[in-house]
Amino acid sequence: MKIAVCVSHVPDTAAKINIGSDGKTLDPNGVTFIVNPYDEFAVEEALKTKEKIGGETVAISLGGNANKETLRKVLAMGIDNAVLLKDDSYRDSFSVAKALAEEIKSQNAELVFFGKQSVDFDNSVVGQLTAEILGYNCISVVVSFSLEGNKITCEREIEGGKEIVETTLPALITAQKGLNDPRYASLKGIMASKKKEILEKQPAAANNSVEIISMKKPAPKQAGKILGTDATAVPELVRLLREEAKVI
Amino acid sequence: MANKILVFIEQRSGKIKKSSFEAVKTASDIAQKISGSVEAISIGNEIENLEKVGGFGAAKITHFKNADLENYSPSAYADIIAKYSTENNIDLFFFAASSMGKDLAPRVAVKTDSGLAMDCILLNCESNDIIATRPIYAGKAVIEIKLTSPKKVFALRPNVFNPGIPTDKKAEVSVVNISSPNLSVKVVDIKKSEGKIDVAEADIIVSGGRGMKGPEQFKLVEDLAQVLGAASGASRAVVDAGWRPHSEQVGQTGKTVSPNLYIALGISGAIQHLAGMRSSKYIVAINKDKDAPIFQVADYGIAGDVFEIVPAMIEEIKKIKS
Repeated sequence: MKIAVCVSHVPDTAAKINIGSDGKTLDPNGVTFIVNPYDEFAVEEALKTKEKIGGETVAISLGGNANKETLRKVLAMGIDNAVLLKDDSYRDSFSVAKALAEEIKSQNAELVFFGKQSVDFDNSVVGQLTAEILGYNCISVVVSFSLEGNKITCEREIEGGKEIVETTLPALITAQKGLNDPRYASLKGIMASKKKEILEKQPAAANNSVEIISMKKPAPKQAGKILGTDATAVPELVRLLREEAKVI
Repeated sequence: MANKILVFIEQRSGKIKKSSFEAVKTASDIAQKISGSVEAISIGNEIENLEKVGGFGAAKITHFKNADLENYSPSAYADIIAKYSTENNIDLFFFAASSMGKDLAPRVAVKTDSGLAMDCILLNCESNDIIATRPIYAGKAVIEIKLTSPKKVFALRPNVFNPGIPTDKKAEVSVVNISSPNLSVKVVDIKKSEGKIDVAEADIIVSGGRGMKGPEQFKLVEDLAQVLGAASGASRAVVDAGWRPHSEQVGQTGKTVSPNLYIALGISGAIQHLAGMRSSKYIVAINKDKDAPIFQVADYGIAGDVFEIVPAMIEEIKKIKS
């Protein structure tokens, strides 16, 4: 079976975010980019599944040349092949999903893993959109995954607990932290990944329905009061919470 | 365009979630500005108090009923909403951006060919356009967006929009029995975390970080949470160290929260943590290091030892609560 995993290339979570001069985009100067953290869980699950049932894994990423860095990293973790859908223009979630769905279809992948969200635009929808476009069954925010024959059973994180969800192939799963412990690339993996070819393809043009009007940093919060340095400040703190903030 | 708005009413164990009332009220405020109308849809088995959505501004609610739909089924729920929307010419869809709403809204968007604005924290109308504000990079920045598609889906971050005080108005309730729903993806069981309040839904959160020194000391975090009726949260450092479960993690690779009160104990305030909690209405920080970045976002702080201050807080709060 062919197993696909979709990966995105995002600013490091430790990065400070600055807005570009157009007031609508990120200023990438000085920002380190990484494999989207949730996608590492997706890659690990794809590798574990292949180890169990055999088959072939392919990583797909949409973006500019810089995304090759992320694709190399997942190849080094053990993914067999990589495809870059080369387009660094702005795409909303829908346009991203359409391009990914097209590629998954042409790869004939029956099982697909995504991270539950990219930590850049935080929409948490590209997986579900892609599945819906493909007509695949989809379970999102998954913290445990099992495949027996054609049947999939997952645990999905919800408020205050977990849902046990069942479905069948073909399916798309979005990974939440806790699903597994992503492996580190071995030296051998790193060497091998350098020799692998990243297939470049041109996705169909975007057809966006989300127009960005502005991008801003949130208004800075006014620093508050330091009430003291020991327990003698506690009665005043509790009084303020009760009388000024009215939250307890 | 008639601007017909459909609000999805989410239920768990037959009870309507508060975030759905927030969505109805917000939809109803928007409807007034764009001369639209608001109706609601719910899916499940028995649901209490459906008529209550009337008090928040929905004239009617249609409940699609089947015993197999008591738990969430993404496939069935999406099919039912899409079919209803075609038959009733719905233009705009409102969801709460809860675990269920985030899963369901994109599916409905594909089925109805709608543009999608997720996790909105503010909606404004400019002429007939709805301008949505939503955080990106876990709140390190915000964008204003406009959907250019004829049909649109909005998912609202829970606990941000004020549901207001409901009127006595009752919605007209119709119940439609559904036979053989599409259960190709189905929730077969729910495991609840015993007796715990989830950080994503809590009004008050007490979180601990590295400054708690070890997993056993988190008892103090839980004790303070308990006297406040709060949820316990954690920083990424302590989740990665295995002291606390990931479901408690607040920050960029955990949950983004905006409770009324966030109390940070022994948390220095890494940028990814601040991103996840800075929109809390009030923030209290207790940390030994007076220069810790957490104090830059805190409304009130004590720059001292958590092991001395937290027990005193517990005593003081017990005193005022008794």
